[in-house]
Amino acid sequence: MDPLDRVKERFADQVLGVYESAGQKYAHVRRDRILDVLRLLRDEAGFDCLTDLTAVDYLNQGMPERYCVVYNLYSFKENVRTRLKAFVPESDPSIESAATLWKAAPWAEREVFDFFGIVFKNHPNLKRIELPDDYEGHPLRKDYPLTGRGERMNFPRYVP
Amino acid sequence: MPELRRPVMAIEQDEEGDLGTRRMIVNFGPQHPATHGTLRNIIELDGERVIRLEPEIGYLHSGFEKQSEYRTYNQTVVVTDRMNYLSPLCNNVGFAVAVEELMGIKVTPRCAAIRVAMCELSRIADHILCCGLQAMDLGAFTVMLWTFIERENLYNIFENVTGARLTTSYTRVGGLLRDVPPDFEDMCRTFMTNCSKVLDEIAEMLDGNRIFLDRTKGVGVVSKEDCISYGLTGPLLRAVGVPYDLRRARPYLGYENYRFDVITEQEGDVFARYHLRMREMREAIKIVDQVLKTMPAGPIYVDDPRIVIPPKTAQNTPAGGMEGLIYHFKNYMFGHGLCPPKGEIYSSTEAPNGELGFYLVSDGTQRPYRWRVRPPSFYNYQAFPKMVEGGLLSDLVAVLSSLNVIAGELDR
Repeated sequence: MDPLDRVKERFADQVLGVYESAGQKYAHVRRDRILDVLRLLRDEAGFDCLTDLTAVDYLNQGMPERYCVVYNLYSFKENVRTRLKAFVPESDPSIESAATLWKAAPWAEREVFDFFGIVFKNHPNLKRIELPDDYEGHPLRKDYPLTGRGERMNFPRYVP
Repeated sequence: MPELRRPVMAIEQDEEGDLGTRRMIVNFGPQHPATHGTLRNIIELDGERVIRLEPEIGYLHSGFEKQSEYRTYNQTVVVTDRMNYLSPLCNNVGFAVAVEELMGIKVTPRCAAIRVAMCELSRIADHILCCGLQAMDLGAFTVMLWTFIERENLYNIFENVTGARLTTSYTRVGGLLRDVPPDFEDMCRTFMTNCSKVLDEIAEMLDGNRIFLDRTKGVGVVSKEDCISYGLTGPLLRAVGVPYDLRRARPYLGYENYRFDVITEQEGDVFARYHLRMREMREAIKIVDQVLKTMPAGPIYVDDPRIVIPPKTAQNTPAGGMEGLIYHFKNYMFGHGLCPPKGEIYSSTEAPNGELGFYLVSDGTQRPYRWRVRPPSFYNYQAFPKMVEGGLLSDLVAVLSSLNVIAGELDR
C-alpha cells in the first residue's frame, strides 16, 4: 500500500491532494496535524529517516498558501522515498517542529527559520544557523532581492 | 548597534570539583588548523573532558541557493563546483542527474561511462585526502604528504580532461563539456597502479600503528539507531554496518552494470571510518578499471536540439549572421533554451561524504524556481556533539577529521 494512500485514508481531512511529478509521488497536507501525519509515516509506514527538510516560497503561484515546508522521507527497510508538503500561511508562518521524531530535524528547521522566517513550535533551540544572529530579513523569500537590502554596507563593526 | 560580544554559551554550573578545578569555555575554531575549514565549536570543558559542545556554522555561507534561482540550469553547474571543493565532479554529476531526471532525459552510454569514471576518481581524491588528514591530525605527517602526491596526480587528470583542477564544471544537462582526451586511459592506468601501491603503504603505516590504533579505536562511536535518526549517510553510516549506498539502492548512470562491493564496518568508531574509506578507494579503482575496459564509443551529448548547447563555431554566434543570431536567441534569451517542464524532483547521488540530494522545483521557465541541495556534511555535522560529548578534547580532533566536514558544502 502506498504510504501516501495510508495517510489519505487515516487523515482524510488533512490531505489536500496527492500529485506526481517526474515519477515521484507527493502529498499536499495541512499544517494543523502535521506531527500526527509524520508520526504515522515514521511508526507505521517505516520511514525511519528524515532525508531532508526544506521549504519553498510560492509567492503568487496559485498554491493553497504562500509557504510550504517539504519533508523528504526515506525508509531503510523498504528502500522507498516519499514527500510531504505542508502549507503554511503568510499571516502566521509557523508549524510544529519534528525534532521529537527525528534527530535530523533541528538544524534543518533552524535553516528554514533562517532563510524563510517560518517559526517551528516546540523547537529545542530555534535561532539563526547560517546568517548572523543580528541579520534582518529572510533571504530565500521570493520578495527578498538577490543583491540584499544593503546588509553588506551596513553591518555592525566589531569594536573591542 | 547589537551587542556582539555576548557569550554564545553560558556555564550552567560553576562548581568546585574534587581537585578544585572549574569548568572552562573554549573556542575551537573558526581559525584552528585542526578544523580543516571555517568551523567553530564552543566547548565546555571539565579538565580535559568535553562536557558540552555547540557547533556554530555559517562562516562560509555564500547564498548558493538564492544565487541559483537567478541562473539558468547550465549556469548553475558552476555553483555546484564550490560546494564540496574536494570532489567537485561528484557535485557536477549529481546536479546534472537531477535535472535530467526532472526532464526525463537519458544520457548516452559514453557520457554515463565518463561520468562514472570521473565520479570514482574524485571519490578517491576525497577519501585519500580525508585519510591523510586524519593521520596528520594524530601526528603522522608523512601519510598526509603521500596522499597529497596522489591527489596531485589526480588533479593532473582532472586538468587534462576538464581544463581546471578544482572548478571543473564538467557536466552539462544532457552531456558533458567535452570528450576525454586520447591519453585519458593511459593516465588513469598509471595513476591506478601508483595509487594501489600508495594505499598499501598507507595501510602498512597506519593499520598496525600502536599510536594510531590507540587514538582511533573506540572513539566517536554512535549507535546505529542514532545514525539513522540523525540522517547520517555515506561512510559514517556504512561504518556502523548499514549497507546503504545510493549506487546500489538507487542505481543511476548505469552503476548496476559494474561489479563492486558496498563496504561496511561494524564498530562505528574513527578507525572503522578510516578503514572503510581505504577499502572504498580500492573498490573505486575497480570501478574505474571496469569503465576503462568497457568504455563505449559514440557521442557524449544527447541528440536533442532543445537541450544541447551548439558548439561555438563562427556560424553559431551572433557574429555569424542571421542563423547565428537565431541560435543564440533560442539558446540563451530568457524564456528560451533549456526549460524543464513544470514540476519538482528530489534526486540523490552518492557523493564521497554521503547522500548528495537536489530538490528542484521548476515553474517551466529557464531558471529553477527553487534550488535546494541536501548537503551530506550538514546532516553529518549535526551528530558531532553526540560523538564527542563525554570524551577527551584530543579525541575531538580525531572525530572531526573522520567526519570530513567540508565547510563549503556545510554552509553553501
